[in-house]
Amino acid sequence: MTETETVVAAPAGSRIAAPRLARLRDLALVPAIIVIAIVGYFVSPVFLHWDNLVNVLQQQSEISLLVLAEALVLICGRMDLSLESTFGLAPGIAAWLTLAPGVAHGLGWLSGAWSIPLTLVVGAVIGTVNGLLIVRFRLNGFIVTLGMLIVLRGLLTGITGGKTFFNLPSSMIYLGNAVWIGLPASVWICLILYAVAIVVTGYTRFGRSLYAVGGNADASRAAGIRVDRVLWSTLVLGSVLAALGGLLLTGRLASVAASQGNGAIFTVFAAAVIGGVSLNGGRGTVFGAFTGILLLYMIQNVLTLAGVPAQWINALNGAIILIALIISRITSGQAQE
Amino acid sequence: MTAPEGAPAGRAETTRPVAAAHAISKRFGVTVALDEVSLEVTGGQVHALVGRNGAGKSTLVSVLTGLVPPDSGSVEFGGEPAPPVADREAWRSRVACVYQRSTVIPSLSVAENLFLNRQGLNRQGSGLISWGGLRRRARELLDAWEVDVDVRAPAERLSVEHRQLVEIARALSHGSRFIILDEPTAQLDGSAIERLFTRMRSLREAGVTFLFISHHLDEVYEVCDTVTVMRDARHIVTSPVAELDKPALVAAMTGEATGLIEPPAERPAPPEGATPALRVDGLGLPGAFHDVSLTVAAGEIVGLAGSGGSGKMAVGEAIVGLRRAGSGTVEIGGVRPRPGSVPAALRAGAGFVPQDRHREGLVPELSIAENATLTVPERLGRFGFVGARRRDRLGAEAIERLTIKAAGPGQPVAALSGGNQQKVVMARALAGDPTALVLLQPTAGVDVRAKETLLGAASDAAAHGAGVLVVSDDLDDLRPCDRVIVLFKGEIVTEMPRGWADHELIAAMEGIRDGN
Repeated sequence: MTETETVVAAPAGSRIAAPRLARLRDLALVPAIIVIAIVGYFVSPVFLHWDNLVNVLQQQSEISLLVLAEALVLICGRMDLSLESTFGLAPGIAAWLTLAPGVAHGLGWLSGAWSIPLTLVVGAVIGTVNGLLIVRFRLNGFIVTLGMLIVLRGLLTGITGGKTFFNLPSSMIYLGNAVWIGLPASVWICLILYAVAIVVTGYTRFGRSLYAVGGNADASRAAGIRVDRVLWSTLVLGSVLAALGGLLLTGRLASVAASQGNGAIFTVFAAAVIGGVSLNGGRGTVFGAFTGILLLYMIQNVLTLAGVPAQWINALNGAIILIALIISRITSGQAQE
Repeated sequence: MTAPEGAPAGRAETTRPVAAAHAISKRFGVTVALDEVSLEVTGGQVHALVGRNGAGKSTLVSVLTGLVPPDSGSVEFGGEPAPPVADREAWRSRVACVYQRSTVIPSLSVAENLFLNRQGLNRQGSGLISWGGLRRRARELLDAWEVDVDVRAPAERLSVEHRQLVEIARALSHGSRFIILDEPTAQLDGSAIERLFTRMRSLREAGVTFLFISHHLDEVYEVCDTVTVMRDARHIVTSPVAELDKPALVAAMTGEATGLIEPPAERPAPPEGATPALRVDGLGLPGAFHDVSLTVAAGEIVGLAGSGGSGKMAVGEAIVGLRRAGSGTVEIGGVRPRPGSVPAALRAGAGFVPQDRHREGLVPELSIAENATLTVPERLGRFGFVGARRRDRLGAEAIERLTIKAAGPGQPVAALSGGNQQKVVMARALAGDPTALVLLQPTAGVDVRAKETLLGAASDAAAHGAGVLVVSDDLDDLRPCDRVIVLFKGEIVTEMPRGWADHELIAAMEGIRDGN
């Protein structure tokens, strides 16, 4: 080292080593998933059968789109509770508008072919309303989306009359039922959307701006990021993803129940936080969120295979969420505030 | 080469100032933050901006960086008018400010922070960020300015020193060659400050201009070429540092002594050998202060003075339990409360006025009486019940004693003026008849009359046998003190008996040693 270097440069000891911790944190749940797979195998060899694994993937595919939506919203520092109601209402409205008045209590205004675009449009409209209230009028996001959760759930109960829509148009059922190249279409859709989201959040300016806005909105504004536009687009995108998730579930069950999505938001938050997404924004990855929801559904599957009575599954589910939170707190070493 | 003979004297160089503010005025409500302030910063210099708290430095910086539009006056860069306020990109290429508060995004890497929202894309058309290229560009940028940090590290793991360097490098990468440093040394230790100065000098050689804000006058003499003094929202003087000696600089900062507060009558000296009201022994808190020892006798008023980063507030907060000291002991009336516990300190007989009345002092929606008696619920009734009548009587007493202008004890404090709110905080501090009364900046932001009342109440408490510790950098607060202990960069540097001269005390607070 020359004289000037020693003077100008910081002392060598203070140079910050960067172990690839950030990347490792993404994979924090992978060991847990492997452990569960091994445990599952010993509980019942059926667990590792291809059909069972596909089954797990399909069961979690619909709600994993909610997790993806929530993860994106959380990364930019907001939260959206109303996603679970959007999950039910969007396909509900599509069914309502396309079903014939005689058979079910639909309106029959549009032909069945409109059902998929209708579902997505309803999602986009809900996201826009959320954005209007939160971003434009600066209302508290938590309370706004809590209110929206209740309103949207009530709307679904209203249009279904508290019952369930059956005899849905074939286009609504297609995505939840079709099999593409050996895998259910919903699994393909889920995996592809996650892959796209991983690329977008990791490798595009828009994706990085989510982290910037969630990490420090003032600094982002100073860096020329249009903070409001980013927030608004993310809310709309999240609601569209929720609507699509609802559509997949509707297709699989061939019906829209008044309670579709009811209570799902708790699992969604748990999965996101277990997967390393911070409730304070700016932290976490889409891949982490995926491992979070996958882990929860694998554990549930193992419990079912182990013959745990269905009445106990909920209590165990809650306990698992708490244990998973503790484990991820230990492995990541970061406080979950 | 230079101007021909006969040209107007003294203007050999024709370089325009890199930044100039012309007759800037700015009001916030009734407060005048800037009153016709002009400033010219010559290229290639380190220009100091000094002034006491509230002199208007921060507002001037906000105007110069385009964050706050002035009410009147204009800003120029290199002789051209400043861009419109909305055009952040244009401002960024002309001026950058490294604030005390971090403007990096903690969870993102250093490289990404440097090129936020202008991350390079890999090939035309793919639209994806090239992380390799981004890190390489960040590496090159930091190498060019000789900043030795790992570009992959998340910004939250940077030390304050490195964070400042990264922010300077980011400013330079936007093309700005004029950088404002807002009290950059406040959070740095001695060797880091030296490294910062070395770097500022080398950047100055490279043509970078600095506006340097500091509370430490020694630093102005060490690194700056020109100094501008502000006081009471006005520009006082701009001069080459070499032509303004320290006494003149201090005089410019303080102006005439206000002398509004009359020193109170002599109080009887406390009896020898009595238990001191407050004894602090070897108190230390890493990064804030170390080895602070002081004693306040019953009936005595002691001042603890020091400038912004001196650690005096931390000492006061450690005494009353708002912070937990790393080492040393605090005794209040002979009792040693559990460190870091406000309830324990209150039980031991402490009463205190916290530094920030809005954050720690008051519950705005509660009434005067409730706020004034928050610390003494046991006086209001037994078994945890609160006697509203007794509370209101205590509240009414406080209104009477401190001449609080209010409709009655039931009025919410949010409806009071700042001075009257501060009186409620003082009433709360006095409510338990404290053995030791610790006042942190007790008259911050209040007018002269309220100041007199507040300090009078402190003197009264001392006359009734309390030991009072006034922690402040406001000379008026320190005038009633029997002696003033001066803290500088976390260490006690001197103690002055009553009768100190203003300039002596300020010089000690600013760290200027005798005969220097």
